[in-house]
Amino acid sequence: MIDLAIFLSLLALGYGFGRHAEKKHYKSIIKREKKLRGLPAIAAKTPTMLSMPGESHLVIGSVVVSVDYFKRFISVLRNLVGGRVTSYESLIDRARREAVLRMKAQAKDMGADLIFNTKFETASIYQGRGNQVGSVEVLAYGTAIIPARQG
Amino acid sequence: MMITNIEIIPGKRITKHLGLVQGSSVRAKHVGRDIMASLKNIFGGELLGYTELLQESREEAIERMTEQARAVGANAVLNVRFSTSSIAAGAAELFAYGTAVTLEKM
Repeated sequence: MIDLAIFLSLLALGYGFGRHAEKKHYKSIIKREKKLRGLPAIAAKTPTMLSMPGESHLVIGSVVVSVDYFKRFISVLRNLVGGRVTSYESLIDRARREAVLRMKAQAKDMGADLIFNTKFETASIYQGRGNQVGSVEVLAYGTAIIPARQG
Repeated sequence: MMITNIEIIPGKRITKHLGLVQGSSVRAKHVGRDIMASLKNIFGGELLGYTELLQESREEAIERMTEQARAVGANAVLNVRFSTSSIAAGAAELFAYGTAVTLEKM
């Protein structure tokens, strides 16, 4: 009985806080994405202008985010019937966008105007009970181009 | 020492290819952070402690790779890649590797 009560309260806590955290995170991601739109991160291996003047620098952004208890429970249910695990999709989506934003922020601080050869790396970091994936780390890295100052 | 993930540097020429260099680091956080992380696993959200941990160890991995490159006499590491794997609960291995070369201005 007590076990069930704990389980239900964990679910409720996860649902409440997790939803709130995700909403807040998405809001801040969208806001910062708008701000950094002028600094594109492209996946092309070479910049469009080959004889580019200026400096290039490695930029890195990483984040570790965790899924909440409620969503983990939902994903367990989803595993029974199969199909899209939307609760994890939004987690990874958030992590990727956040990592890119951090990378862009670093590039912006250097005064870069383009990031190219962007690569992603995803790893599951924390394994909870029963080898469930609890949190993922996403790393985004690329080469930032800092244009040469004129005059 | 130049560390970059592109293969060809505009305006510079590769004069010598010195092979693969690598650096790795395995790190764990203290128990307090782990407890915080397991709490966050209930509520969801960013695990700041782990983000920090992985950043630190990534820097260390890059540092080790750079050291190795310096030892073979390179002045740049090109085509750097990163890889992460979780070794145990609360510990992760960060791995950085790239090609050590000597560059010269064209």
